[in-house]
Order: sequence, then C-alpha cells, then structure tokens
Amino acid sequence: MSEKQNDGVSRRQFLRGSALTAAGTAILNSGLLGQTESPTSNAVGPGPVPITMRINGKDHHVSVEPRTTLADALRDTLHMTGSKVVCDRGACSACTVWLDGMPVNSCLTFALDVGQREVTTIEGLGTPDHMHPVQAAFVEYDAAQCGYCTPGMVMSTAALLKSNPNPTLEDVQHAVRGNLCRCGTYPKVFEAALAAARKGA
Amino acid sequence: MAPANRQQDKKKQQIKEEPRAVKEKAQEQTAAQKPGTRNESVYVGIPGAEALTTIERTVPADEPPPLPPNNQLKYIGTRVSRQDGRFKTTGAAKYPSDTHLPNMLYGKFLSSIVPHARVSSVDTSAAEKYPGVRAVHVIENDLLSAQVLDKTKEVQSKYPVIRYSGQPIAAVAATSAQAAQEAARLIKVEYEQLPFVLGADEARKEDAPNVFPAPAAQPETAGGGGGGAKVPQRGNVRGPERRERGDVLKGLAASDVTVEGEFRTQVQTHSALEAHGVVADWKPNMLTVHASTQSTMSVRDELATIFKLPKSKVRVLTEYMGGGFGAKFGAGNVGVVAVHLSKKAGAPVKLFSDRREEHWTGGNRPDSQQRVKIGATKDGKLQAIEFTSHGTAGVGTGAGTAGPARAMYTCANLKTEEYDVFTNASPGTAFRAPGHPPGCFALEQAMDELAERLGMDPLLLRDVNDESPARREERRIGVEKFGWKQKFRKPNSDPGPVKHGVGVAQAVWYRIVNMDSAVEVRINRDGSVETRSAVQDIGGGIKTVIAQVVAEELGIEPRNVQVSIGDTVSPPGPPSGGSMTTTSITPAVRNAAYKAKQHLLEQVKPLLKGRDPASLTLQQLASKLPIEMVSATARRSPEYGKREGMFLGGVQFAQVAVDTETGIVKVEHVVAVHDCGRPMNILQLESQVNGGVLQGISYALYENRRLDRNTGIMVNPNLEQYKILGAMETPKIDAHFIEHYIARSSTDAGGIGEPATIPTAAAIANAFYNATGVRMRELPMTPARVLAALGSLRQGATA
Repeated sequence: MSEKQNDGVSRRQFLRGSALTAAGTAILNSGLLGQTESPTSNAVGPGPVPITMRINGKDHHVSVEPRTTLADALRDTLHMTGSKVVCDRGACSACTVWLDGMPVNSCLTFALDVGQREVTTIEGLGTPDHMHPVQAAFVEYDAAQCGYCTPGMVMSTAALLKSNPNPTLEDVQHAVRGNLCRCGTYPKVFEAALAAARKGA
Repeated sequence: MAPANRQQDKKKQQIKEEPRAVKEKAQEQTAAQKPGTRNESVYVGIPGAEALTTIERTVPADEPPPLPPNNQLKYIGTRVSRQDGRFKTTGAAKYPSDTHLPNMLYGKFLSSIVPHARVSSVDTSAAEKYPGVRAVHVIENDLLSAQVLDKTKEVQSKYPVIRYSGQPIAAVAATSAQAAQEAARLIKVEYEQLPFVLGADEARKEDAPNVFPAPAAQPETAGGGGGGAKVPQRGNVRGPERRERGDVLKGLAASDVTVEGEFRTQVQTHSALEAHGVVADWKPNMLTVHASTQSTMSVRDELATIFKLPKSKVRVLTEYMGGGFGAKFGAGNVGVVAVHLSKKAGAPVKLFSDRREEHWTGGNRPDSQQRVKIGATKDGKLQAIEFTSHGTAGVGTGAGTAGPARAMYTCANLKTEEYDVFTNASPGTAFRAPGHPPGCFALEQAMDELAERLGMDPLLLRDVNDESPARREERRIGVEKFGWKQKFRKPNSDPGPVKHGVGVAQAVWYRIVNMDSAVEVRINRDGSVETRSAVQDIGGGIKTVIAQVVAEELGIEPRNVQVSIGDTVSPPGPPSGGSMTTTSITPAVRNAAYKAKQHLLEQVKPLLKGRDPASLTLQQLASKLPIEMVSATARRSPEYGKREGMFLGGVQFAQVAVDTETGIVKVEHVVAVHDCGRPMNILQLESQVNGGVLQGISYALYENRRLDRNTGIMVNPNLEQYKILGAMETPKIDAHFIEHYIARSSTDAGGIGEPATIPTAAAIANAFYNATGVRMRELPMTPARVLAALGSLRQGATA
C-alpha cells in the first residue's frame, strides 16, 4: 500500500495545473497582458512571468509563477520580510498590506493580480528611524511582544486611522478583529491605536 | 532524546523540589563564614503589606552590593519601552523564518496519514529525480515521541514505527518550496497498519491496543512536561506518580464538609504565530542554524550530540522568534532533518512547518480527566486533599495536573496520583505552566464549592488555608480593585436571560533558576556599552530588562546599552521557559556590569590625578582607558539563602456574562494581581499578564484539538476552525504587581509567564457558577456544552 498526502488540491496547484487564461481572471483589466512572454496565446504561465509591481513608491520588476501570492513574492522574491505568513489562508491577517490604501491579505492575493495598484507594505509605512505615528505608539504602549503579528496589526490600525481619525475602542476592535495575536497584545494594541489617534496619526 | 534538556532538568529539580512552603526565617543560620564569601543585609518583605526589613545573607565575595527597593532605583521596576520595539513594528526585525541565504533550498516533510503502522520500505527514487530536488532524507528516529525503554522489545527495523498520524517519515530539499512539496508527494511508503487508539478513555481499557509494546518514557524539557523514567506502566497507562503526606482517609473523616468532583479539559495547541523551523547551513568548518527556538543552547547541544560535532562548531542564532509557549525547546525533528538535508545538499536549507503541521504535530497541552476530593472542618481549615489525574500527551508523557493541589494550600493530609495515558496521537510538549491550568480548573472549583458549602466567602477560605504572604496581599489588592464585595452575590442572581457572575482563582508556580546563565558586558573607550548572551527573547522582553539592569549599574540610559542576544557564540543563556529567564539571567547581568565597571576603574584610576571617579560620567571615565575595551563575564551565582520564596503566585478575578439562550459566555473584566520577586519592567509585565489571561480565556472558552476517529488526522489544523481568542473577545484587563523581596539574588527578580495563565480558566468557571448556579466541569465551555449544562439541550448533544 502506498501513501499519498490527502490535503487536496490547493488554489496554487489548481492554477499551476490549468495555467492561467487571461479571460478568466482580472489580468485583462490590469494591463498585465502586454508584459507576458507569449502575448499571442492569451495565456501566462505555468512558468515564471515577468511583472512590474509598484511597492512603497518604487517599481519592482520580478519574475514569478502565476501561482505565486503577493505575500510570497514580497518575502521570497523581494526579500521584504516584514509581512509575515502564518496561516496562508486569510485567517490571521499577519500578511496584511495595502493595495491602493485598502488593507488586504497578501496571502490571498496573487502577485499577478496586483496589476497597476500601489502596494504599501509595513516597510513602506515607516522605518526604525522614521516611524509612522502608529508604529511609534505601538512601541510606547508595548503593543508588540514576540512581534510576529505586529506588522499586520500595524497595517490594519494605520488603515483605520486613515479612514477614521477619531475611532472608538469598538472601532479599533473591529479594525483588528481579523488580526490574530497569540501573545495577547490586543489590550495594548487598543491603547496604542487610540493614543495614535489622539496625536493625530 | 535531548541530553541538553536532561542536564537542565537535573539542575532544575535541585531547585524545584516538592517543598512545602517554608516560612521566612528572620535569621539565616550562618556558621563560620566560608572563604570567598561575605555577609550582607538584603531586603525582604512586601511593601504595602508589611514593613520592609533586611535579612543577613552570605553572598559570594565579588557580588555587587544589595540592590535597594524599586522606589530608589532609576530604571529597574519602571515602564521602559521595548528596546527592539521599533524593529518589530516596522518589519525590520529578522525572524528565523525571514532568513534568506545565497543558494538556499526549501525543505518539506512527508508525514504519515495513518496513526499506527510498521514501515517496510520507503522509496525515494521518484522524488530524487524530480526537477529542482537537491536532497532527500529518510528519518531514522522520531525525536519527539517517548521511547521504549527496553529496546529489545521493539521489532527491529531500519524505520521507526509510526505511532501517530502526522509523524514525519521523510523530507525533501529543493530549489523552491513548491518543488519540495511536489517531490515529497512522490515518496512511496510501504507499511503494515497496526491497531490504534485515539481517546484516553478508550486507551485505559484492558483490551485497548497497545501504543508501545513495552514501558516507554519521554525526557522532560526545560519548560516542564515529560516525566520521570521510574514509573510503572501497565498497557497504555503509565503511573501513578504519587505524592503523599499524612493520612487522607483520616483527614476526610475529621472533615465536617467534603466536596468531590470530576473535571475534564481538552487538548490545546500552542498556536505560536511563527511555526517551528530552522534555516540550517552545514559548512565544513561550522554548522550555523537560524532557529525559531526558546533555547539556543538546547538546540546547539542537541545538534552537537546528534551530528557528533564539538559544541564549538555549532552556532545557533535566534535574534527574534515568533512565539513558543513551551513547544520550542529542542532542535526537534525539524531542526535535525534540516541539518541532514543541508549536509547532503551542500547548501543551506530552510525547513519550517506549515500551519497544518504546526497545529497537528507542533506540540500540545495534554487533556485531563481529574478527580478531586477535599474536606474541611467548619472553620474552613482543609483536612484532606485527594487528587487523581489521567491525561494523554499522545505518544508523549507529562500530562500530570497535580501541581496546584500539592503546592497551593496547607493541608496535613494529601494524596495525589498522576497517570499518563498513551494514545496514537502526536506528542504533547511543555505548554505554559504544564499541568497547572487544568489542575487549577479542578482544584479551585472544588475550593469554590467548599466555600459555598461552608457559607464562607471564597477569599476568606483561602485566607484560612494559604500561607503565602504574597497571595494574601494579592487577594487584598484584588478585592479592592475588582470591587469584589459589591459584585459577589448569590449564584444565579440575575433574573433575565443574560446572567452575570464573578469568580476568583489562584496560581502557584515555582521559582526556577537555570545556572547556565551568563553575560558579557563590555565598556569601550568611547563610552559605548555592549552586552552579550546566548539567551533569546521569546517576547517577554528580556532584551530590554538586560539593558535596564546594565543601565542601572553603570549610571547610563537603557537605550545606550547595546544588547546582543540569541547567539551561542556568546556566553550561555537560559531557556525562555518555566518563568526562569529573568530569575536566572538578571543577576548575571548585574554582576557582569558591576565587574566591568570595577575593571574600568582599575584601569583609569591611576590616570585620574586624584579626581573622584564618582564625579565623572561613564563616558568620561572610559575615555581615559589605556586599552580599547574592558570586559567582564559573569555567570549566575547560586541563590542566596535556602528555600525561602520558592514559589511564584497570583490571584485573578473574573466577571462573566452568560447568555442562557445562546450558550455564549463572554468574559467582561479580569483583574490579575501577581508577584514575581522584584518586578523589573512594569510595562512588559502588564503585557505578559495580558497574554496569560487571554490565553486562559481562549483555553476556557474556545480551543479544542479534534482528531478524526478513523485516521487520527487533525480535522481543525488551522486558525479558523481551531479557534483562538481575537480582538472581539478581549475583555478589560487590569494587571497589578506587588513587590516581593525575598533576598535570593543580586536582583531578586522572578518570572511571570506561567503564573499569568494558570488561574484564568478556573476563575471563569467559578464566575460561570456564580452567574448561573451551574458548575462547568469540562473545557472548553462551548455554547453547546453550556446549553447542555443549563438543561436547554438534550443530554448527549454536547459538542
């Protein structure tokens, strides 16, 4: 009797197996088609496809397989490892980045689907020497313990404060309700978010 | 096997015996002064509760002078923000899973999908030919399972017996993660299935299939878990580990009131956000391993033993790590297999568990079935505690839960028996205060019931039976901060469908010291200061505490202390576990800083032309150095005194709302009052207590590992079906700390990680009772169980 893994077909294997036809995806709208290796066939992949992504205000030219998620492209191809991959299926939000200012799970976003949209990652929000006010508040209020959920938590919080500069505690809870933290930083995250709002982040 | 852990255990056990609380002696008996020592008056007491006094201690001659109480210190005991916070919040912090090395390969396991089988062959040929594959390794030894003690009782085979679904069989390293995953599926395993048993109740039956053919044992880990080797085993049941004093039957006979109950708890997975894993880089002159671990030293020592390398040729690096909670002490299968793959491929290999593997086989807190019987006279004085636990750590051991029953209360007649039950499930590991949250869930509910039967306030019952001066003060503070007297009403007082209630429960844990705790402090000629140790920061913030101690000693600011940790080329550091890190390493830090300053003064005094060194800053002094740097390395001194203050504790108060129509329990407020010797950093202590409380709520209400009954495969190995607490379930938490000076070291600091999570589930259960008049004897308190307990659902409909 031989043994085989039984965890079924993942979305990536599915994409890998079927290649990617432009008709079935958002790629048509993204302007990506012109950049593929075989513009005449309307199909890309399953091998690496050259794309350009605008990340933190800079264009990055990378070559990725169609099954590559934005999270993996950031981490493994571009070595921008601030965004963390924890559940790899949209349950924990550790990989949160912004697409045109909207927080998304980069583990559920294919790199090829980013298209012309502007990617903002945790590295683009601030740096250790020039922290975004939310990052500074997280430090001041000790909203990071092990720190692995922190980049995602910061991205969700900063997105909230952009759209709602005067949030209530409940607003903050809702904004980070998808961000799981096992160390239990939530109370300090709430404090930090409200303090950053008071300071006009 | 983990020889490093065993060594640590020996040391640990010397300190963590099974003591009765020993009263503080006013005067330590000191015979003729030993050479190399001096006597010092060191502070003892709890400010606020009692006047601070001093006690005479014999200390090593080169110890720094005793540290005054926190109110006289500048940095220690204050709210210093985390030194590495700006790296963690900006994504600049590099975790082991963020490591990228040139030509790095990606590893992937092939794991068993059957729970018990004998492997006859493993064919890797197709995997080896798969494009991108650079190495394949077949596992020779499952490092995490208990081992049959008499090796001749195992059927001899080149492959280990599969004893749980998810047990790794082989692994592949390839140029991409996808190629590794695809190739791992091509490995063909021939095996003969054996009868298996998954549930602890079934495994205890006479005719249950045997998980092991003969008695087996698992080594303890640095954070607890595992169990002694000299315990009887019959079938799958290993035990009892028995502790006894007095005569329980006599005690029960002398009691006016007795309370008896059975309590059950579930298997909980650690669910650290960073999975187990390493990047291993085998080079002829040095093995370098970037490991997500709670103990760089254990990983180094284990790999050195397994690969027959001198320790000097193994370097383990853990500058950051994304959570552990007890599951990440040794190299584990993941570390050892990654090194094999790297050695075979001649390239660095990154091997991390995926989330499914992490949940399924990354360690867990064993389940429990506990019977507790306690008796007391009318005045509330406990006359007897009888406690029996059975639990399964799968193919591991360490499921005992009697710790709180043995160590919390004064009782002349005590009998505890702990049994491990082997099942064909992945091995349990240490998990934040092994045995204590379930043990507390049982004991503290029994105490609550006893208080009611006696017509006593539950806090008064504890005053009568608890000798700990720290918990006495914690109860006093908690009662006031929580508003206990206003909130504690008769059970089931709310008339509406949503019922509110309050409950209290206590924690006991051990002051554990790891003597392999050392630090180097360097003062450079430009006045900059560096500190080095192999100790790692699990998230508790030891890096910042080290900076505070050095800053306090040298009269500089914490932010000006460069702290380099998590590298085994530095002096050895303790594991991050058992609440031992701060206890163990801060005295070494202080002693090293003190000595470095002395070396500095020795060097520059002749050059000061009679000026008082105290009138100069550290930078001014250092600028006079005739050499580039002075340095001192200090290790942990033995504890001052004998057995005083061997325990850590805490008291938690919870308020819950129980919706009797939906069965949903909401925790609304928790007040947690804790002791940890001298508190070092209030901000970080609050964070750890928040974490302990929130994990406790999560354990009480949501978490439950489920295995498929036909295959043993975990059916909820992810973060949406294995539910952990999130922001919406986070209540208001108030953390308070007492200063508990016990004169045991040059910092007198203790830990907080374990006690913070011990009493939470018990406090919630007691609050549930207070709300509804119904006692929850099983965790987690899911809506279905709550409704069943409240009688709204038919019996047997529990989930």
